[in-house]
Amino acid sequence: MAVSDAAPIISTRLARPDGHTLAGYEATRGYTALRKALGMGPDAVLEEVKAANLQGRGGAGFPAGAKWSFLPKDVFPRYFVVNGDESEPGTSKDRPLMERDPHQLIEGLLISCFAVRAAQAFIYVRGEMALAQERLATALNEAYAAGYVGRDIMGSGWSLDIVLHWGAGAYIVGEETALIESLEGQRGMPRLKPPFFPAAKGLYLQPTVVNNVETLSNIPWIVTHGGAAFAALGTEKAAGTRLFALSGHVRRPGVYEVEMGTTTFRDLVEAPVYGGGIRHGNKLKAFIPGGASAPWFYPEQLDLALDASVVGPAGSMLGSGAVVIMDDTTCAVRAAWRLVRFFAHESCGKCTPCREGGAWLEKILRRILDGHGREDDIELLLDVGDNISPGPFPHPPLDGVAAVPFPFKQTTICPLGPSAVSPIHSSILRFRDEYLIHIKDGRCHLG
Amino acid sequence: MSRLSPDNEELARTIIGRYPRSRSALIPLLHVAQEQEGWVSRDAMAHIAELLGITPAEVLGTCSFYGMFKLEPVGRYVVGVCTNISCLLLGGEELLEHCEARLGVKAGATTDDGMFTLEDVECIAACTDAPCLQVNYRYFLNITHDQVDALFDDLRAGRRTDEVPVHGTLTRVRQHVAPERWSGHGAEGLPLPPGQAR
Ligand SMILES: Cc1cc2nc3c(=O)[nH]c(=O)nc-3n(C[C@H](O)[C@H](O)[C@H](O)COP(=O)(O)O)c2cc1C
Ligand code: SF4
Ligand code: FES
Repeated sequence: MAVSDAAPIISTRLARPDGHTLAGYEATRGYTALRKALGMGPDAVLEEVKAANLQGRGGAGFPAGAKWSFLPKDVFPRYFVVNGDESEPGTSKDRPLMERDPHQLIEGLLISCFAVRAAQAFIYVRGEMALAQERLATALNEAYAAGYVGRDIMGSGWSLDIVLHWGAGAYIVGEETALIESLEGQRGMPRLKPPFFPAAKGLYLQPTVVNNVETLSNIPWIVTHGGAAFAALGTEKAAGTRLFALSGHVRRPGVYEVEMGTTTFRDLVEAPVYGGGIRHGNKLKAFIPGGASAPWFYPEQLDLALDASVVGPAGSMLGSGAVVIMDDTTCAVRAAWRLVRFFAHESCGKCTPCREGGAWLEKILRRILDGHGREDDIELLLDVGDNISPGPFPHPPLDGVAAVPFPFKQTTICPLGPSAVSPIHSSILRFRDEYLIHIKDGRCHLG
Repeated sequence: MSRLSPDNEELARTIIGRYPRSRSALIPLLHVAQEQEGWVSRDAMAHIAELLGITPAEVLGTCSFYGMFKLEPVGRYVVGVCTNISCLLLGGEELLEHCEARLGVKAGATTDDGMFTLEDVECIAACTDAPCLQVNYRYFLNITHDQVDALFDDLRAGRRTDEVPVHGTLTRVRQHVAPERWSGHGAEGLPLPPGQAR
């Protein structure tokens, strides 16, 4: 069992009672990386972040250094937007970082803005997170007053304003182009990519970087210790450590910082310092490896490493670092219905397959659960799903059929539509018999 | 049913001034309106439209997209019970049913005395502390049915108001920037050579 003995990078202050205050932050090397970065110059900072091979922690896993390098040369002003909208079901790791270590995020953001020569930054915090907003507002007020943010930062001559912005309840706003629309005061509907890649045409159609809270929280450590030290943790393709939110039927649900690549799902679920095994000695039935949008894995996939380059070819995604464990007391149809209800509810309505298809998928699953299922409902579910995400749909190897690698195909503007197909496809693939009992007998196989 | 108060109009102008383009302040201003009245009235929307130089229909268009903005009065306490996947696995639906029984209303409704509005909500990013709920966006984690009963009794009796402000008050701490600390570089919208101050 591989439990890394590497020191944690981003969760060091989460247990400190004063970790969220400027005093607590300064007492633990706070804002020393910013001073170092200001001395290095923007290009040297960018090189360190590239060398770190820091993959985005928001879901898509794109390397931060490469993303920053995509900004078109000599086009200004550029903007920086922090994605703090965390709302992918199963995911709860950005919220603790914002509530309990807001200065780490602010310092990471400052360094990142310095590296990409951004004119202004916005921290977009999910509306429902009142405490995170209060903690970030307090931290920004402290940091402005102390000269870390605003005019002439630390006497360097470099200036940057950071604006705290609140959302108002819409999952889709987490998608980066919808986030930008929302930040422009619009309904949160995704834009087409191309042409609206944020790096090219983002906020106010200017070059814009959107990065996740956890991604940016790594930056101070990378500047302090060097990109190579970060890349040395984990494996070549999965560098550093990462926060995983482990929830559902484990003995010890929690948010754990683990080393990427060298840790497996089994380690996360079973190690006494992490999940401590399935609750009540029950058996594992299935698990979601990367948030509600991810196709499910089954017990055979437990030994896969926490590494996007391993999970993707195996038919799912590491996504937002949310691992949801379902034991054998779970009704697969009910779990699928609840996930599909979420996606149907959160569709922004811009594309027909997602808006209409998602709603119908939810209705069909509901009638199956209510005992009114029809014999051809399973085929109907798969057919509606195929209109949103033309198959073959990603899945792990099963019954002699080879894996279909991630990502899914889509007839929609953004991946929310196909995400609704994940729970349906995953549950029918493995638990078709549970559907049949619901449809034929009008009851759950669990009684 | 009112426009923003003079104090809130002042606050609105400060918020607008932080963005390169004023319309970006729309959602924050809607929060200010909701804080004032507990919901967002048409008069408040019209006032915001004036402040931003857009139409009331544009304000409504954005406002109606976002679930947190209430277009009619709601209870003093909005209780959001998460029933999404991680909570479903650990009793989220049963928790919601318990709240429905205890408050005597179905999810989506408000109690007759106007104290509570109950909502069946999507994941609130506390999945590792399931089952959980929020009251006016303050978290109650790993909560038992008995604790729910005690919480509702306390709120009804006017206790725990320091923990849970009335509906509309989202953050009790606001961003403040002393004018001499504000750089204004974003608003000027000009290229910024590194290492140079304006
Ligand atoms: C439907 C949908 C929802 C998303 N929600 C979030 C979110 O809540 N937080 C987040 O950081 N990224 C979210 N993303 C990913 C963002 O689009 C974007 O890739 C990410 O913020 C980039 O930051 P990173 O490169 O640092 O990961 C979402 C994507 C989609 C398609
Ligand atoms: S896939 Fe769904 S959420 Fe995404 S743009 Fe289309 S309708 Fe909106
Ligand atoms: S599923 Fe309930 S808080 Fe995330």
